[in-house]
Amino acid sequence: MPDLGIEVLFKGTNMLRLLQGLWVAMRISLISVLISMPLGILVGALMTVKNKAVHAVFKVYLEVIRIMPQLVLLFLVYFDTTKVWRINLSGEAAAIIVFVLWGTAEMGDLVRGALVSIPKHQYESSQALGLGRLQTYVYVIIPQTLRRLLPLSINLITRMIKTTSLVLMIGVVEVLKVAQQIIEANRMTTPNAAFGVFLVVLMLYFVVCWPISMLARQLERKWS
Amino acid sequence: MEEPILKIENLKKAYDGQMVLNGIDLQVRQGEVIVIVGPSGCGKSTLLRCINALEEIQGGSITLRGSEISKGSRTAAALRQKIGMVFQSYELFPHLTVMENILLAPTKVQKRDKAEVKTEAMALLQRVGLAAKADSYPRQLSGGQKQRVAIVRALCMHPEILLFDEVTAALDPEMVREVLDVMLDLARQGKTMLIVTHEMQFAKAVADRVVFLDGGRIVEQAGPEEFFTHPQTQRAKKFLDVFTFEDVHAEKAAASAGL
Repeated sequence: MPDLGIEVLFKGTNMLRLLQGLWVAMRISLISVLISMPLGILVGALMTVKNKAVHAVFKVYLEVIRIMPQLVLLFLVYFDTTKVWRINLSGEAAAIIVFVLWGTAEMGDLVRGALVSIPKHQYESSQALGLGRLQTYVYVIIPQTLRRLLPLSINLITRMIKTTSLVLMIGVVEVLKVAQQIIEANRMTTPNAAFGVFLVVLMLYFVVCWPISMLARQLERKWS
Repeated sequence: MEEPILKIENLKKAYDGQMVLNGIDLQVRQGEVIVIVGPSGCGKSTLLRCINALEEIQGGSITLRGSEISKGSRTAAALRQKIGMVFQSYELFPHLTVMENILLAPTKVQKRDKAEVKTEAMALLQRVGLAAKADSYPRQLSGGQKQRVAIVRALCMHPEILLFDEVTAALDPEMVREVLDVMLDLARQGKTMLIVTHEMQFAKAVADRVVFLDGGRIVEQAGPEEFFTHPQTQRAKKFLDVFTFEDVHAEKAAASAGL
């Protein structure tokens, strides 16, 4: 077996530090997800409003956020808020702001898509049965929207978790950054550590994202 | 003569300034089966949609037992309970089972006892040959089966009048029959029905009265025998001609004899 230098993780508190880094990444994604999911539902619902001005505003927001690479967004928020407004944001706060902006836009688009994909006839046949407006939404439209939405939004959550690996670029010490630090510190004694440590990081991401993906797949199968 | 339950007077409906229904007068008596025929775009589906208050009307009135039907009014939902409608594309709710589809409106809108409605629904499903499908989801049914469920779903609301909007138009030919048989059965039971269809043989068999619509107006109405054998207007004749084909055998024989 080739030397992966995995033993560096058992030196001192290295493994614990790595897990703490993972927790930082999870905390950023968890807070962002919790905020952007409800906001996204609101934005998505507003996107289906017929008002052209409302529609235009959200359309611009959505396109701008989605076209820009997340890393550019991170730099913009982290460095420029300090420069322009003289607000001193911590890296983690900047990361959460960017992830909320991005997650809300993506979620909004998913919600909008799910809402408009419900055929007009579903509303009409509900009305034809005498269901009121509220009853139509509660019993017919929302259950169908949720079924379409849930697998898609779970995929979005895993994408958000994976994208937290970018926040080391604005100085947040998350799992990947800790890994780099461990590798750097042991460069002389264990030159192969890069393989082993990154392999463990990969497995940590996998352990977090895989159950979530499985859940999405199962829901998709159940409701398709 | 018995007082009509549905009265349509000088009904006008336009889409973007384009007149679709231009002064329709029609009265429907209890137990009457009216078949509405006409070329596509003549406004027959729109007429049904107006009766069920799915469309706003621009003039005239529609009254069901004296209450006026209009879209968006407070009474619209209450009146719609008395009018059952079956659509061309079934429109079952895909996330609910057959039984849940049927139970939804009677239990949530009419607040009837679930067990009671369920018994009734089972009996009706039995009648249309679908008792075994009560717990299936719509996606597991064929088009004809879905349409029969849609009919049962409408029936369970105990409507005073049933509207059928080209209910067999999206079905494969062998499934058309099973749906039409259910409708014939309903006619025999004395249900009041307004049927839009392109199935002329069926129209002839089921109708008490045939209404021919063209260009947003009622051009002709008559009993089925009379309408199909002796249409009075040129337009009805032309329309009915579309459904018959000239026999080519005689011409072919003549042509070959001439050789």
